[in-house]
Amino acid sequence: MASTVDKPVAARSGVDKLAWRGRPRGNPWRRPWLMEGFTWLYIAWSIVPIAIAVLFSFNKGASQATWQGFSTKWYVGSQVTSVLHNPSLHQAVIQTLVLAVLTTLICVPIGVGFAIGIDRWRSRTSTGLNFVMIFSFVVPELLLAVALFLLVTQALTFIRLGTSAEVAGLVVWNISWPAIIVRARLITIGNTYEEAAADLGASRIGAIRRVLLPLLMPAIFASAVLVFASTVDDFVIVEQLSSTAATQPMSVLIYANVHGGLSGPALNALATIMLVISVAAALIGYAGYRWMTRGEGTSKRGTEALTGITGI
Amino acid sequence: MGRRQDTFDRRNRWLWVALAAPGAIWLLVLFVAPFYVMLSVAGGGVNEFYQTVVPVWNPLHWSSFNFTGVWHDIVGTGAFIGSPALRTLLYTAVAVAVSLAIAYPVAYFVSRYAGRRKALFLILLIAPFWVSYMMRMLAWIDLLQQGGIFNSALSSVGLPGNTDWLGGKSVTVVLGLVYGYIPYLILVLYAGLDRIDQRLLEASRDLGLNKWRTFWQVTVPLSKPTLIAGAFITALPMLGDYFTNQLLSGAPGTTMIGNAIEGQLDSPGETGQGAVLALMLLVVLLIPMIYYAVSTARSSSEFA
Repeated sequence: MASTVDKPVAARSGVDKLAWRGRPRGNPWRRPWLMEGFTWLYIAWSIVPIAIAVLFSFNKGASQATWQGFSTKWYVGSQVTSVLHNPSLHQAVIQTLVLAVLTTLICVPIGVGFAIGIDRWRSRTSTGLNFVMIFSFVVPELLLAVALFLLVTQALTFIRLGTSAEVAGLVVWNISWPAIIVRARLITIGNTYEEAAADLGASRIGAIRRVLLPLLMPAIFASAVLVFASTVDDFVIVEQLSSTAATQPMSVLIYANVHGGLSGPALNALATIMLVISVAAALIGYAGYRWMTRGEGTSKRGTEALTGITGI
Repeated sequence: MGRRQDTFDRRNRWLWVALAAPGAIWLLVLFVAPFYVMLSVAGGGVNEFYQTVVPVWNPLHWSSFNFTGVWHDIVGTGAFIGSPALRTLLYTAVAVAVSLAIAYPVAYFVSRYAGRRKALFLILLIAPFWVSYMMRMLAWIDLLQQGGIFNSALSSVGLPGNTDWLGGKSVTVVLGLVYGYIPYLILVLYAGLDRIDQRLLEASRDLGLNKWRTFWQVTVPLSKPTLIAGAFITALPMLGDYFTNQLLSGAPGTTMIGNAIEGQLDSPGETGQGAVLALMLLVVLLIPMIYYAVSTARSSSEFA
């Protein structure tokens, strides 16, 4: 998946220029208006509903369909149903952040270690472990969540349902991000730099710490952003492994209240907060990735940073 | 160089094992072991008095108790599994087909024609990827509710504007699935199409093929692995989905296999049958999962 990142794209700049000139009919590089229109329609379809939902989180009234004026009452104003004052709503925000931070802190280091270890170990065991990791990436989330639920309730009961089970599950569900992304980068880097460091007298661990890790930093950073954002947005695992209302993050609370329960725009406000957290992570990821790869000077760095922080 | 690299790696084997160990243990305890527990619960029994699960850890003592239970749910008099299972397949097939029909032209356009605006298009295509699934479903619940914006728009152009879109309509659920999973598909297709060497397309044209034949005989065959991987990456989560239909319909007429699994798991005395159902779904999905895992493993090591 992480393979577009370092690929040289075929020399296409000449083609782009041609595409803009009036060419005779039948020119294969003619600008495809129909496809471009379709693409814009798709983009509108994918973004406008979300923009409307964000807009209605600022509605003065309780409707999600009729605009009644701007207000922030669903965030801070209302004493009963605003995110700030309603205990279950703000507890959900805190729980989401706690889960995202804990998961990122555990998942990224062990995932990076796993990627380096598997890449260099090269044995039948490591190939097998690599496949287990990739399976954790492709298994439907519901099946993993059900299996984890049974593990926690029937076998390892010391991992209680609630925050500890949620973190344990989120780490295993997300470990493939750092493992796959860092491994792809490791393969492009190769062994040469580390060997050179060893030849110059660095110890093995010193070579990893002072040569390999800095080279891996953009990949590590991108995967940390992905793990954080995907934990914020996670629903299935946390729904199966949460216990009381106090351990329900935002996604579960929204799911539980969509049909009845807490009234309309407050849920939109909660979802908007989730959106802001994810988008902030994405922006930090994009800026950070560009900054970390600034020495690698290619004109494609913008695109590369985008694909880097999405893991494709 | 290969030889030297090997000795360099071998001398440090303990280090690589130590680095891989925490992640490996985490995967074994929290990914492999849970599925063994699932097997033990499926092959176990029920405490008749408390209606609680009694897992059986020894494979030699596994019973068919829960399997017969599920069998009766599939073919017996009170059978209820058949229609959600069929519906899951139908919904997924339609949703994947619609997703591919939308995603392919978009990915194709951005990878080949976006030119200098590629970064802008990528930002717009990636944006939904960063919006949570709940938010995206909530947005449609707002739009489709009775008296909502979609119905108002329909009645303003003279169409009946009082349809209860959220009251158990299959079309709403399928569109929800498409809307929910299409961003991943587009990114996968984009990555695959972007990798196709433009010189091959130029060569095809130089050899006399027109643009349609170039598309069908060069681009499509070259993007076939991506199309298959993309179809799987969209289908796998859809087959395990149980919340899209709950959010956008909630009616029993739109339940999927995921709802059956969740329902069994939560009802006293039937947890074991939930485990059996989950295992059956896992077995069905094993082939696409293996295909996808192998292609992922291959693409992540193709630089080597």
